[in-house]
Amino acid sequence: MRRGNIIKLVTLVLLVAAAVALSIKPLANPDPAKGIPLGLDLRGGVHLVLQAEPNKNGTPITNDDMDKAKAIIAKRVNDLGVSEPIVQTDYVNKRMVIDLAGVSDPDKAVDILKTTAKLTFRDPQGNIVLQGDELSDAKAAQDPTNAGSFVVNLTFSHDGTIKFGDLTTKYLGQQIGIYLDDKLLKNPKVAVPILSGQAQIDNYTTLEAAAKDAVLMRSGSLPVSMSVAEKRQVGASLGIDSLHKSIKAGIYGLINIFLFMLVFYRLPGVVADFSLIVYSLIVLWIFWMFRVVLTLPGIAGFILSIGMAVDFNIIIYERIKEEVRAGKSLRAGVESGFSRAFITVIDAHVTTFIAAMTLYYFGTGSIRGFALTLGVGIIASLFTAITFTRLVLRLIVGISPQLKTTWFGVRREA
Amino acid sequence: MEKGHPATYDEVQKIHPLYFNIVKKRYWWFALSLLVIVPGIISLFMQGLNLGIDFKGGTMIEMTFKKPVTQTAITDSMKSVGLEGPVQLSNGNTALIRTTALEQAKQNELMTTLQTKVGEYKKTTLKVDLVGPAMGQELTRNAFKALIIAIGLMIAYISFRFQFVFAISGIIALLHDVLVVVGLFSLFQWQIDSTFVAAVLTIFGYSINDTVVIFDRIRENEAKMKRGDSYEDMVDKSVWQTMHRSVNTVITVLIALFSIFILGGESTKVFSLAMLIGVFSGAYSSIFNASQILVEIKKHMKHTRGKGEKAVRA
Repeated sequence: MRRGNIIKLVTLVLLVAAAVALSIKPLANPDPAKGIPLGLDLRGGVHLVLQAEPNKNGTPITNDDMDKAKAIIAKRVNDLGVSEPIVQTDYVNKRMVIDLAGVSDPDKAVDILKTTAKLTFRDPQGNIVLQGDELSDAKAAQDPTNAGSFVVNLTFSHDGTIKFGDLTTKYLGQQIGIYLDDKLLKNPKVAVPILSGQAQIDNYTTLEAAAKDAVLMRSGSLPVSMSVAEKRQVGASLGIDSLHKSIKAGIYGLINIFLFMLVFYRLPGVVADFSLIVYSLIVLWIFWMFRVVLTLPGIAGFILSIGMAVDFNIIIYERIKEEVRAGKSLRAGVESGFSRAFITVIDAHVTTFIAAMTLYYFGTGSIRGFALTLGVGIIASLFTAITFTRLVLRLIVGISPQLKTTWFGVRREA
Repeated sequence: MEKGHPATYDEVQKIHPLYFNIVKKRYWWFALSLLVIVPGIISLFMQGLNLGIDFKGGTMIEMTFKKPVTQTAITDSMKSVGLEGPVQLSNGNTALIRTTALEQAKQNELMTTLQTKVGEYKKTTLKVDLVGPAMGQELTRNAFKALIIAIGLMIAYISFRFQFVFAISGIIALLHDVLVVVGLFSLFQWQIDSTFVAAVLTIFGYSINDTVVIFDRIRENEAKMKRGDSYEDMVDKSVWQTMHRSVNTVITVLIALFSIFILGGESTKVFSLAMLIGVFSGAYSSIFNASQILVEIKKHMKHTRGKGEKAVRA
């Protein structure tokens, strides 16, 4: 019995150590697709909330409009070459939430995403005679005739080719204005009817500018105009800096809690510290499994939950101390301590859990991350206490009935 | 060998070297709480809270210049593009600029002007937050909704698990904590952001945790009360029986919060400061206010009930 328990305990310690060693690599994998995904505030990027604005006629924005807008914005995002972009639609508030990680020029990205980009061809009187929906492609290129200049090559769709052909026949010798939203790009005079379905907008000074317009023309125009309701932009190295700082805060917090428990509760303190390690592992693996995006407030929530997770141990140990002082054996003390403390702990944690849930429900963005880590933390700490802590304590008190009560911080008067 | 109850009132008193009657001195504790809360409430009415852009809407730019800069240089650049707003400098080259919500074009104009007039800045450490006024209002509205729903749910839960009287005492202690935090933030005009809302709600959920543990002990001891036992003494005993736990739990949470506050960087400062104050106040109100309010209410109820009985008899 006695030796069996010691062997079991040693095995458990080794298992925990092995679990920690094996967990570090997959959990801390910097590849966001493999490790715990990090939020934009930790790896740099732009979080953008675009609000769809109802047009002047007051026609309501339909879900269909939002879907179309989403498809177009998604196209533009892909053209930006961002890894793992997130584009979400909030139908209730008519919003688009866009997360772009590690984007090199956030200002340009915002500009491209929110532009309505309606490409129109207008007759000399300014009437719209053809729209950009009839395009099948738009590409930026160097102007073959002028080395220092850049162009956008337009290719019309089948219908567009016919319409553009009719148009250039009708307005032969006159000027046709090409507009992107209200910006005049070019106002060429039609020299010959263009029946090939190819057109060129020239005179861009940089390839970048041409490429930007090409992206907008290619993706098509947004069915609704968008305004920036919220923008959070974090530089890449600032994000990494925040991440390092929070990890440091977490480690120091953990070490100090460890020491406190050791000094105050001795042997059970060691058990509590081990439980904390197991607890942290469980929480991190849950994050990993459910792809919970870790944000700065999220990490704060996690560190806070470590402080709270010890609570279960403290309640139980205090209860055990009381029971032992009242004359019970350590073994009986652990058993009744556990069963009595359990109700207390449930009652005490349900309220914190209620707060976390309400926060999650009403919160947005990073606040949600905080609520989530807090909620997960509470459940994980209950789970750890019921399974791991209880098992280890039982094994320890089972080693020998002559175990000194002072190891549990109880001085029993003779 | 199941005994009645582990410890008597005398034994509990002996275990704690610092023992004093916490319940009897309750009016002192109430006074101490009011001493902190009342100035806070007055300040709330006089000057309100220092709302950040998360609530009011606006643009906040945090930028690090490659060389030390002066505050006037930045303010002048802002003025030259027609903008105003507070500028904070730290470490000589890191500036925090707050102004109205800027359109992308306007922001670009400001950044170019700062670059030419003030100096080069590091692009990789740039942080820009833009919050439209509509989003700010939404945050405030949601915060209030969340708070009210959380109060409702907690009253329901505690009433269900204990008694309505417990719930009321607990909620009063809770409001105490929230008022202490909000009041102090108003008094010192510390600027609040969206994480402040998270902190207040967490304090709301967490500080009642301590109270519940004490109430749980009161519930247990109340069931074992004998005829002639004083309710006050029973509560005092319960508070002391849970004293170690109350204090130790708070210490571990405070350790965690101090680590975030000191090492966690600027973005979580407001959050951890609010939580530090809240958790501390929560521990205080749990030990010194919640059960004492309970005693007060119970005494009152007994009193009126006693009078009623007499009236019937007479």
